[in-house]
Amino acid sequence: MELVVFVLAAAMVLGGALGVVTRANPVHAAMSLVLTLFGIAVMFVSHNAHFLAAVQVIVYAGAIVVLFLFVIMLLGVDESEDLSVEPIAKQRPLALILGGGLVAIIIAAVVTGRENFASAGGALESATLESPDANIRALARSIFSTNVFAFEITSVLLLVAVVGTVVMARRMKSLGTGK
Amino acid sequence: MLSAVEPTTSWYLILSAVLFGIGTVGVLVRRNPLVMFMCIELMLNAVNLSFVALATQLSNINGQVAVFFVMVVAAAEVVVGLGIIVSIMRRRTDATADDLSGLKG
Repeated sequence: MELVVFVLAAAMVLGGALGVVTRANPVHAAMSLVLTLFGIAVMFVSHNAHFLAAVQVIVYAGAIVVLFLFVIMLLGVDESEDLSVEPIAKQRPLALILGGGLVAIIIAAVVTGRENFASAGGALESATLESPDANIRALARSIFSTNVFAFEITSVLLLVAVVGTVVMARRMKSLGTGK
Repeated sequence: MLSAVEPTTSWYLILSAVLFGIGTVGVLVRRNPLVMFMCIELMLNAVNLSFVALATQLSNINGQVAVFFVMVVAAAEVVVGLGIIVSIMRRRTDATADDLSGLKG
Protein backbone atom coordinates (compact mmCIF):
# COMPACT_ATOMS: atom_id res chain seq x y z
CA MET A 1 0.00 0.00 0.00
CA GLU A 2 2.76 2.39 0.96
CA LEU A 3 4.50 1.46 -2.28
CA VAL A 4 1.44 2.43 -4.32
CA VAL A 5 1.30 5.80 -2.55
CA PHE A 6 5.01 6.35 -3.14
CA VAL A 7 4.82 5.50 -6.84
CA LEU A 8 1.78 7.70 -7.47
CA ALA A 9 3.19 10.65 -5.51
CA ALA A 10 6.59 10.29 -7.19
CA ALA A 11 4.89 10.34 -10.59
CA MET A 12 3.07 13.54 -9.59
CA VAL A 13 6.27 15.14 -8.31
CA LEU A 14 8.45 14.27 -11.29
CA GLY A 15 5.75 14.92 -13.90
CA GLY A 16 5.06 18.33 -12.42
CA ALA A 17 8.77 19.17 -12.17
CA LEU A 18 9.36 18.24 -15.81
CA GLY A 19 6.34 20.34 -16.71
CA VAL A 20 7.77 23.40 -14.93
CA VAL A 21 11.02 23.09 -16.88
CA THR A 22 9.61 22.24 -20.30
CA ARG A 23 6.31 24.14 -20.66
CA ALA A 24 6.75 27.30 -22.73
CA ASN A 25 3.76 29.12 -21.22
CA PRO A 26 4.46 30.46 -17.67
CA VAL A 27 0.84 29.79 -16.61
CA HIS A 28 1.19 26.11 -17.53
CA ALA A 29 4.51 26.01 -15.65
CA ALA A 30 2.77 27.38 -12.53
CA MET A 31 0.05 24.72 -12.82
CA SER A 32 2.73 22.02 -13.10
CA LEU A 33 4.32 23.49 -9.96
CA VAL A 34 1.00 22.96 -8.14
CA LEU A 35 1.08 19.28 -9.18
CA THR A 36 4.58 18.88 -7.75
CA LEU A 37 3.65 20.64 -4.50
CA PHE A 38 0.63 18.37 -4.00
CA GLY A 39 2.80 15.30 -4.61
CA ILE A 40 5.23 16.51 -1.94
CA ALA A 41 2.29 17.07 0.43
CA VAL A 42 1.17 13.46 -0.13
CA MET A 43 4.66 12.29 0.79
CA PHE A 44 4.57 14.44 3.96
CA VAL A 45 1.32 12.70 4.95
CA SER A 46 2.85 9.29 4.38
CA HIS A 47 5.67 10.34 6.74
CA ASN A 48 3.08 11.35 9.39
CA ALA A 49 4.04 15.04 9.01
CA HIS A 50 0.39 16.12 8.89
CA PHE A 51 0.93 19.70 9.96
CA LEU A 52 3.59 20.27 7.32
CA ALA A 53 1.36 18.72 4.65
CA ALA A 54 -1.40 21.18 5.52
CA VAL A 55 1.04 24.10 5.53
CA GLN A 56 2.46 22.93 2.21
CA VAL A 57 -0.95 23.02 0.55
CA ILE A 58 -2.04 26.30 2.16
CA VAL A 59 1.21 28.29 1.88
CA TYR A 60 2.77 26.90 -1.28
CA ALA A 61 -0.13 25.84 -3.46
CA GLY A 62 -2.48 28.43 -1.98
CA ALA A 63 -0.37 31.53 -1.51
CA ILE A 64 2.91 31.30 -3.42
CA VAL A 65 1.52 29.93 -6.69
CA VAL A 66 -1.35 32.44 -6.58
CA LEU A 67 1.27 35.17 -6.14
CA PHE A 68 3.10 33.85 -9.22
CA LEU A 69 -0.14 33.86 -11.20
CA PHE A 70 -0.93 37.40 -10.07
CA VAL A 71 2.48 38.61 -11.24
CA ILE A 72 2.05 36.81 -14.58
CA MET A 73 -1.33 38.49 -14.98
CA LEU A 74 -0.02 41.90 -13.85
CA LEU A 75 2.93 41.89 -16.24
CA GLY A 76 1.10 40.28 -19.13
CA VAL A 77 3.91 37.83 -19.83
CA ASP A 78 1.53 34.93 -20.39
CA GLU A 79 2.41 34.56 -24.05
CA SER A 80 4.54 31.52 -24.74
CA GLU A 81 8.29 31.79 -24.77
CA ASP A 82 10.02 30.46 -27.88
CA LEU A 83 11.92 27.47 -26.54
CA SER A 84 13.25 26.27 -29.91
CA VAL A 85 16.09 28.77 -30.07
CA GLU A 86 19.09 28.37 -27.83
CA PRO A 87 20.47 31.86 -27.09
CA ILE A 88 23.82 30.70 -25.74
CA ALA A 89 25.62 28.01 -27.72
CA LYS A 90 25.81 24.59 -25.99
CA GLN A 91 23.95 25.92 -22.96
CA ARG A 92 21.41 23.09 -22.76
CA PRO A 93 23.81 20.15 -23.12
CA LEU A 94 26.10 21.73 -20.52
CA ALA A 95 23.17 22.30 -18.14
CA LEU A 96 22.01 18.70 -18.58
CA ILE A 97 25.53 17.38 -17.91
CA LEU A 98 25.85 19.55 -14.81
CA GLY A 99 22.40 18.59 -13.48
CA GLY A 100 22.91 14.91 -14.26
CA GLY A 101 26.30 14.96 -12.57
CA LEU A 102 24.82 16.62 -9.49
CA VAL A 103 22.07 13.98 -9.26
CA ALA A 104 24.61 11.19 -9.77
CA ILE A 105 26.84 12.52 -6.98
CA ILE A 106 23.93 12.85 -4.52
CA ILE A 107 22.59 9.37 -5.36
CA ALA A 108 26.08 7.90 -4.94
CA ALA A 109 26.33 9.60 -1.54
CA VAL A 110 22.91 8.26 -0.49
CA VAL A 111 23.68 4.72 -1.65
CA THR A 112 27.10 4.52 -0.03
CA GLY A 113 25.97 6.21 3.18
CA ARG A 114 22.65 4.42 3.67
CA GLU A 115 24.04 2.24 6.44
CA ASN A 116 24.94 5.34 8.45
CA PHE A 117 21.43 6.62 9.00
CA ALA A 118 20.14 3.52 10.70
CA SER A 119 17.03 4.20 12.75
CA ALA A 120 17.69 5.81 16.11
CA GLY A 121 15.02 3.62 17.66
CA GLY A 122 11.64 4.79 18.86
CA ALA A 123 9.19 6.25 16.41
CA LEU A 124 8.12 9.86 16.13
CA GLU A 125 4.84 10.61 17.84
CA SER A 126 2.29 10.23 15.09
CA ALA A 127 -1.42 10.78 15.04
CA THR A 128 -3.60 8.01 16.43
CA LEU A 129 -7.29 7.79 17.14
CA GLU A 130 -6.63 8.61 20.79
CA SER A 131 -4.46 11.68 20.07
CA PRO A 132 -5.13 12.94 16.53
CA ASP A 133 -2.94 16.01 17.11
CA ALA A 134 0.23 14.24 18.25
CA ASN A 135 2.33 15.54 15.34
CA ILE A 136 1.26 19.14 15.91
CA ARG A 137 1.95 18.81 19.65
CA ALA A 138 5.48 17.48 19.06
CA LEU A 139 6.21 20.19 16.50
CA ALA A 140 4.86 22.97 18.69
CA ARG A 141 6.81 21.76 21.71
CA SER A 142 10.03 22.02 19.69
CA ILE A 143 9.24 25.34 18.01
CA PHE A 144 8.10 27.13 21.16
CA SER A 145 10.83 25.81 23.48
CA THR A 146 14.18 24.98 21.90
CA ASN A 147 13.65 26.99 18.70
CA VAL A 148 11.68 29.90 20.12
CA PHE A 149 14.42 32.44 19.32
CA ALA A 150 14.51 31.42 15.65
CA PHE A 151 10.71 31.61 15.62
CA GLU A 152 10.75 35.18 16.89
CA ILE A 153 13.49 36.22 14.46
CA THR A 154 11.30 34.82 11.67
CA SER A 155 8.67 37.43 12.45
CA VAL A 156 11.27 40.17 11.97
CA LEU A 157 12.22 38.59 8.62
CA LEU A 158 8.62 38.62 7.44
CA LEU A 159 8.22 42.25 8.50
CA VAL A 160 11.39 43.26 6.63
CA ALA A 161 10.20 41.39 3.52
CA VAL A 162 6.80 43.10 3.57
CA VAL A 163 8.24 46.60 4.09
CA GLY A 164 10.96 46.03 1.49
CA THR A 165 8.48 44.86 -1.13
CA VAL A 166 6.17 47.83 -0.53
CA VAL A 167 9.11 50.24 -0.87
CA MET A 168 10.32 48.52 -4.04
CA ALA A 169 6.92 48.28 -5.73
CA ARG A 170 6.03 51.94 -5.13
CA ARG A 171 6.36 54.24 -8.09
CA MET A 172 8.63 56.99 -6.80
CA LYS A 173 7.61 60.02 -8.81
CA SER A 174 9.81 62.41 -6.85
CA LEU A 175 12.94 60.59 -8.02
CA GLY A 176 11.79 60.54 -11.60
CA THR A 177 11.92 56.77 -11.88
CA GLY A 178 8.20 56.21 -12.25
CA LYS A 179 6.34 56.47 -15.50
CA MET B 1 1.55 -8.84 -3.44
CA LEU B 2 2.73 -5.25 -3.36
CA SER B 3 3.17 -5.17 0.40
CA ALA B 4 6.39 -7.17 0.03
CA VAL B 5 8.34 -4.08 -1.00
CA GLU B 6 8.14 -1.01 1.20
CA PRO B 7 9.76 2.26 0.14
CA THR B 8 12.74 3.00 2.38
CA THR B 9 14.24 6.34 3.29
CA SER B 10 16.81 5.93 0.50
CA TRP B 11 14.02 5.94 -2.09
CA TYR B 12 12.78 9.28 -0.82
CA LEU B 13 16.31 10.71 -0.76
CA ILE B 14 16.93 9.58 -4.35
CA LEU B 15 13.61 11.06 -5.48
CA SER B 16 14.59 14.28 -3.74
CA ALA B 17 17.96 14.27 -5.53
CA VAL B 18 16.24 13.86 -8.90
CA LEU B 19 13.82 16.69 -8.13
CA PHE B 20 16.73 18.91 -7.08
CA GLY B 21 18.53 18.09 -10.35
CA ILE B 22 15.47 18.97 -12.44
CA GLY B 23 15.23 22.27 -10.60
CA THR B 24 18.92 23.00 -11.22
CA VAL B 25 18.62 22.30 -14.93
CA GLY B 26 15.55 24.53 -15.05
CA VAL B 27 17.36 27.45 -13.45
CA LEU B 28 20.26 27.03 -15.88
CA VAL B 29 18.16 26.61 -19.02
CA ARG B 30 15.07 28.82 -18.72
CA ARG B 31 15.29 32.52 -19.53
CA ASN B 32 12.02 33.81 -18.09
CA PRO B 33 12.82 35.07 -14.56
CA LEU B 34 9.42 33.92 -13.28
CA VAL B 35 9.99 30.34 -14.42
CA MET B 36 13.51 30.43 -12.98
CA PHE B 37 11.89 31.36 -9.67
CA MET B 38 9.53 28.37 -9.91
CA CYS B 39 12.55 26.12 -10.47
CA ILE B 40 14.12 27.49 -7.28
CA GLU B 41 10.90 26.50 -5.49
CA LEU B 42 11.35 22.98 -6.89
CA MET B 43 14.84 22.80 -5.38
CA LEU B 44 13.58 24.03 -1.99
CA ASN B 45 10.85 21.39 -2.05
CA ALA B 46 13.37 18.68 -2.84
CA VAL B 47 15.34 19.64 0.26
CA ASN B 48 12.15 19.75 2.35
CA LEU B 49 11.29 16.22 1.24
CA SER B 50 14.67 14.88 2.31
CA PHE B 51 14.38 16.72 5.66
CA VAL B 52 11.03 15.05 6.39
CA ALA B 53 12.23 11.62 5.27
CA LEU B 54 15.29 11.82 7.53
CA ALA B 55 13.22 13.19 10.44
CA THR B 56 11.14 10.02 10.29
CA GLN B 57 14.18 7.79 9.83
CA LEU B 58 16.10 9.32 12.75
CA SER B 59 12.99 9.84 14.95
CA ASN B 60 13.94 13.49 15.38
CA ILE B 61 11.21 16.14 15.17
CA ASN B 62 13.80 18.85 14.47
CA GLY B 63 13.83 17.82 10.81
CA GLN B 64 10.21 18.85 10.55
CA VAL B 65 10.94 22.10 12.43
CA ALA B 66 13.61 22.90 9.83
CA VAL B 67 11.07 22.37 7.03
CA PHE B 68 8.71 24.77 8.79
CA PHE B 69 11.35 27.48 8.84
CA VAL B 70 12.34 26.79 5.21
CA MET B 71 8.72 27.33 4.20
CA VAL B 72 8.54 30.66 6.03
CA VAL B 73 11.78 31.89 4.48
CA ALA B 74 10.68 30.67 1.04
CA ALA B 75 7.47 32.67 1.32
CA ALA B 76 9.42 35.82 2.25
CA GLU B 77 11.92 35.16 -0.55
CA VAL B 78 9.18 34.81 -3.16
CA VAL B 79 7.58 38.09 -2.06
CA VAL B 80 10.86 40.02 -2.35
CA GLY B 81 11.92 38.28 -5.57
CA LEU B 82 8.63 38.92 -7.31
CA GLY B 83 8.80 42.55 -6.18
CA ILE B 84 12.18 42.86 -7.88
CA ILE B 85 10.89 41.16 -11.03
CA VAL B 86 7.86 43.48 -11.16
CA SER B 87 10.00 46.59 -10.84
CA ILE B 88 12.35 45.36 -13.60
CA MET B 89 9.52 44.30 -15.92
CA ARG B 90 7.81 47.65 -15.47
CA ARG B 91 10.66 49.26 -17.40
CA ARG B 92 11.15 46.56 -20.04
CA THR B 93 8.15 44.37 -20.61
CA ASP B 94 9.90 41.53 -22.43
CA ALA B 95 12.91 41.26 -20.15
CA THR B 96 14.68 37.92 -19.89
CA ALA B 97 17.43 37.01 -17.46
CA ASP B 98 20.02 37.93 -20.11
CA ASP B 99 18.84 41.53 -20.23
CA LEU B 100 19.90 42.02 -16.61
CA SER B 101 23.46 42.37 -17.91
CA GLY B 102 22.39 45.99 -18.41
CA LEU B 103 22.86 46.35 -14.65
CA LYS B 104 26.63 46.39 -15.28
CA GLY B 105 26.21 49.99 -16.34
